[in-house]
Amino acid sequence: MDLYEYQGRELFDRHGLPVLDGGVATTPAEAREIAERLGGRVVVKAQVKVGGRGKAGGVKLADGVDEAQARATDILGMDIKGHTVHKVMVTTTAAITEEYYFSYLLDRANRSFLCIASTAGGMEIEQVAHDAPEKVVKLPIDANKGVDEATAREIVTKAAFPEEVAEQIVEIAQGLWQAFVAEDATLVEVNPLAKVDDGKVLLLDAKVTLDANADFRHPDHAAWEDKSAVDPLEQAAKAKDLNYVKLDGEVGIIGNGAGLVMSTLDVVAYAGEEFGGVKPANFLDIGGGASAAVMANGLEIVLSDPAVKSVFVNVFGGITACDAVANGIVQALALLTERGETVDKPLVVRLDGNNAEEGRRILDSANNPLVERVDTMDGAAKRAAELAAAGV
Amino acid sequence: MAIWLTSESKVIVQGITGAEGSKHAARMLRAGTNVVGGTNPRKAGQKVELEGHSVPVFGTVAEAMAEAGADVSVIFVPPAFTKAAVLEAIDAEIPLAVVITEGVPVHDTAAFWAHAVATGNKTRIIGPNCPGIASPGASNAGIIPADITGSGRIGLVSKSGTLTYQMMYELRDIGFSTCVGIGGDPIIGTTHIDALAAFQDDPDTDAIVMIGEIGGDAEERAADFIKANVTKPVVGYIAGFTAPPGKTMGHAGAIISGSAGTADAKKAALEAVGVKVGKTPTETANIMRALMQG
Repeated sequence: MDLYEYQGRELFDRHGLPVLDGGVATTPAEAREIAERLGGRVVVKAQVKVGGRGKAGGVKLADGVDEAQARATDILGMDIKGHTVHKVMVTTTAAITEEYYFSYLLDRANRSFLCIASTAGGMEIEQVAHDAPEKVVKLPIDANKGVDEATAREIVTKAAFPEEVAEQIVEIAQGLWQAFVAEDATLVEVNPLAKVDDGKVLLLDAKVTLDANADFRHPDHAAWEDKSAVDPLEQAAKAKDLNYVKLDGEVGIIGNGAGLVMSTLDVVAYAGEEFGGVKPANFLDIGGGASAAVMANGLEIVLSDPAVKSVFVNVFGGITACDAVANGIVQALALLTERGETVDKPLVVRLDGNNAEEGRRILDSANNPLVERVDTMDGAAKRAAELAAAGV
Repeated sequence: MAIWLTSESKVIVQGITGAEGSKHAARMLRAGTNVVGGTNPRKAGQKVELEGHSVPVFGTVAEAMAEAGADVSVIFVPPAFTKAAVLEAIDAEIPLAVVITEGVPVHDTAAFWAHAVATGNKTRIIGPNCPGIASPGASNAGIIPADITGSGRIGLVSKSGTLTYQMMYELRDIGFSTCVGIGGDPIIGTTHIDALAAFQDDPDTDAIVMIGEIGGDAEERAADFIKANVTKPVVGYIAGFTAPPGKTMGHAGAIISGSAGTADAKKAALEAVGVKVGKTPTETANIMRALMQG
């Protein structure tokens, strides 16, 4: 889960890292209240998970409460690169004298973590790495040793942070590592890490990604989940514990196993080239050992997407038994009809593996005119694309 | 022969008394795997009855090694306890630990991997979030169905479980020496490169199928390795050409970040070193079949 800047600021604050005082507002009146509490000059920042807010006019200074409210009115509801602004962060201001860059992140290639630090902050680190690679320091971090004082000093020395901020950054490097581990983050990026006019170093931005696999030990992270930004179908799927991603095509996809479903999307997209460019409408992995009930839930979600014109159910039964999948399809169609919903979208089903013969027999004997069985994955993808094109 | 798992392997299940552990221990036994025990510190000394076998429960991995000669552990404990289970396997220096558990926090995986490295990599770790390893006709450690294919001379390494099964099914007329599912998490123990190196050295493997997916750069690094070290033919398949950037596609590791990790980049890297990459699993299988029958 990627956090908004205000959530990242809150996370840093919770771990005792130096950030600007502030709060988050969803209305101009709330922004005014925060400005009132903070007093003096404030900055109002659009909260969107996309870069380039400043250029788009999503970051404004405000002198006093009236101006803070006015700027929040301007920014709330703005569209920044396709993202609607629903929240603004209001903080005190600081006069920046120097900007640095600091991050910890997951390093897949080395199966560990990495610290990236630079005295050239405030711009895209990729750009700095391209223009002045000598200014970007990358230091592998041992997952078990972590960042102690000695490691923090090594980072500070290697990145050549100025003498007068060295001690502060040694502290911040250790504190940020503790936050990174304690919150099960896969990325904490501070850009800029800034020296301000009174000599203090502050974390002036926060880009944080949390590991969803660790949610079980962080019940508090659920509060940071942004329900408003999630597609309603994705939300409904999540409530049913389904692994669903909405895409923008016409062929609904249900399969088992992440790799096979990804592969199914590709095969459908290739097949769709022949039929006016129809594409997959979603990713839905019903997982290993899926039961009839799970199949029914999945089918319900996919069929409720108005963009879907046909559905391709692609299952290779490993642990999943194909007879359970077939029963799930038959039961789901009956259930949806019982609820008075119009089920008129064709289903193409391909079953192989564990109990496939029994699964095929169940589908054949149910004899539902909407369900068509095709023996191969490529053949079934082609048929599903053809049916979707006919239904568009 | 095969890689890492043979008919000689003595397999234990960490978490054998749990629902998943006992179910799959029974399946492994049915597949002919020599399951010599399981572990659960609270049930040490008891037996579990599976498939007509009375399987002993040991308190620790070290005890199972000392008393039953175990050399492979398959780990089925829940995510919250996986780190401790893998650390135990590493400290016991069991040669192979297969971590099936899905949903392990990546900080936990990084921690046990760092521990494995710090202690000299005495335990080969496969996974987490993987279907395991199967040497058809010899042994099966994990959840790969044993009845898809018989033994043969193709080696298979894959990030994805069901795509592994699909490929085994497509090429069941030829058969496999060993099929390794390395898992789809951002940090995994055994990599494509490790499997490619082992298949290259395995006298019973003639050709290799490598299945990758979007995210990270493991396939690109595997391509470099193939160029320098692999003389056996390799056929590749990559899933996720149509996946949009920034969306996690089921596997925690399957995400395109910016321009990194795309299927196109992986395909190009593999093709640049002479690996034929199929457009679909079936086409990939057909390329391999033509090679084997060529």
